[in-house]
Amino acid sequence: MMEGKKNLLMTSSPHLHEGSSTSRIMWTVTACLVPAGAWGVYNFGLTSLWIILVSVGAAVLTEWVITKLLKKEQSISDGSAVLTGLLVSFNMPPSIPAFIPILASVFAIGIVKHTFGGLGRNWMNPALAGRVFAMFSWTGEMTTWSAPVIGAGADAFTGATPLAQGASEFLSKQSYWDLFIGNISGCIGEVSALLLLLGAAYLFIRKIITWQIPLSYAASFLLLVWIFGGTVSGSGYFTGDILFHFLAGGLVLGAFFMATDMVTSPLTSKGMIIYGIGCGLLTFLIRIYGGFPEGVSLGIILMNIFVPLIDRFTKPVKFGNVKEVKNV
Amino acid sequence: MMTFIGIMLTYIFIENFILTKFLGLCPFIGVSKKVDSAVGMGFAVIFVMSMASLVTWMVFHWLLEPNGLEFLQTVTFILVIATLVQLVEMIIQKISPPLYKALGIYLPLITTNCAVMGIALINVQKNYGIIESLFSGMAGGIGFLLAIFLMSSIREKFETEWIPKPFRGMPIAFITAGLMALAFMAFDKALLNNLLG
Repeated sequence: MMEGKKNLLMTSSPHLHEGSSTSRIMWTVTACLVPAGAWGVYNFGLTSLWIILVSVGAAVLTEWVITKLLKKEQSISDGSAVLTGLLVSFNMPPSIPAFIPILASVFAIGIVKHTFGGLGRNWMNPALAGRVFAMFSWTGEMTTWSAPVIGAGADAFTGATPLAQGASEFLSKQSYWDLFIGNISGCIGEVSALLLLLGAAYLFIRKIITWQIPLSYAASFLLLVWIFGGTVSGSGYFTGDILFHFLAGGLVLGAFFMATDMVTSPLTSKGMIIYGIGCGLLTFLIRIYGGFPEGVSLGIILMNIFVPLIDRFTKPVKFGNVKEVKNV
Repeated sequence: MMTFIGIMLTYIFIENFILTKFLGLCPFIGVSKKVDSAVGMGFAVIFVMSMASLVTWMVFHWLLEPNGLEFLQTVTFILVIATLVQLVEMIIQKISPPLYKALGIYLPLITTNCAVMGIALINVQKNYGIIESLFSGMAGGIGFLLAIFLMSSIREKFETEWIPKPFRGMPIAFITAGLMALAFMAFDKALLNNLLG
């Protein structure tokens, strides 16, 4: 190397950079989830704040221990562990014993993410895998719901989630407005559709999430609900309660914040639409007909399995490539 | 008609041999590194499982049961399946060399696959008729094909250098299979019953 060139900084284009990076995306998504989490704490009381804190803490600690053990670069500051921990806690009922979210976070970070090589190498959404792991391991605790602590006329609320009650029973006691602002029982982070949608709107503006997955997911799911009536027995075709099924349960959280996870969703927009429709179909089957009250998390992780296949079959054609013409 | 659809759905999704019963794991882990060979293996398993469930049904109901020799079923099934596969292999080699080439190494590999043995025993246990047995065998094979196809597409994506050293190769394959099985728990009996009424 020549001495004179030492001070010249040579980089390849692009030279102008708007500053987006993995950590910036992760922290933005985390910030967009905070209002919904705050509503959860306000709605269910301080125990849910405790759940959120231990879950995030366990996720960060696991990340730290594993990067230390594998002698990798410390990666807590990129925010992905905080986001995973936050999403795990958002998927927990507010009155759950603290060891369950802790173990779910450890499972999510330690097994689902780091055995495959860390952020960007995992093929399954860590937070959802953590939730499903907890769901099957402690089914009783994971389906025990406490009623919101605030709101007028507390006698109107039972512990059951809107989905467990079913549309007609729920609407006889409460309104769509309660569903929309989150005056219901459910998981900590999923209750307030309003604040989640506001957070998602900001992510749209910042172009962190694109329209393909949330739209195809929600549209295909709601279309199926509408066509088949949205109950097990089927209340007649084309009568399903779309608004109820959109606002109740974890669809908003799942479609906008979890199915859109960049690592575990397809690369092309065609692939994203296929993926979204698959999520919608599976969520519909599991939520309406399955043995579980909710199908969003299972639907998404099932579609995670198909992502490599979707990518394989939606590979864009190189520019200028034409189909081989057979000579006759 | 509904029973056949029910049997198909049961063994493809709800009681998938790989992901819920954990049978037939050795070809599943061993041949799932590349999609092409995984699909070849899958078709070979479909073929062998359908044939095996058909023949073992005949052997059990026409030979063992009338003579009161049900206790010999395990031994007989092993013998019958192994012989059957060898025979089929020879016949295919003579009749259709391209098919033989395609199935080639996989066919002998699955003579004693526990999924094949499993479907034969399940058919007896559940008291299936001959057509039902054929369908359950076929569906078991299709379920295997589905699982190994998905597995191989995921494994092709792994870039070895990113996976921590202790997990490279088999361990990461088993962890992947475990996570797939976790997701497949979504397909439960209630789902089937509610769908088919």
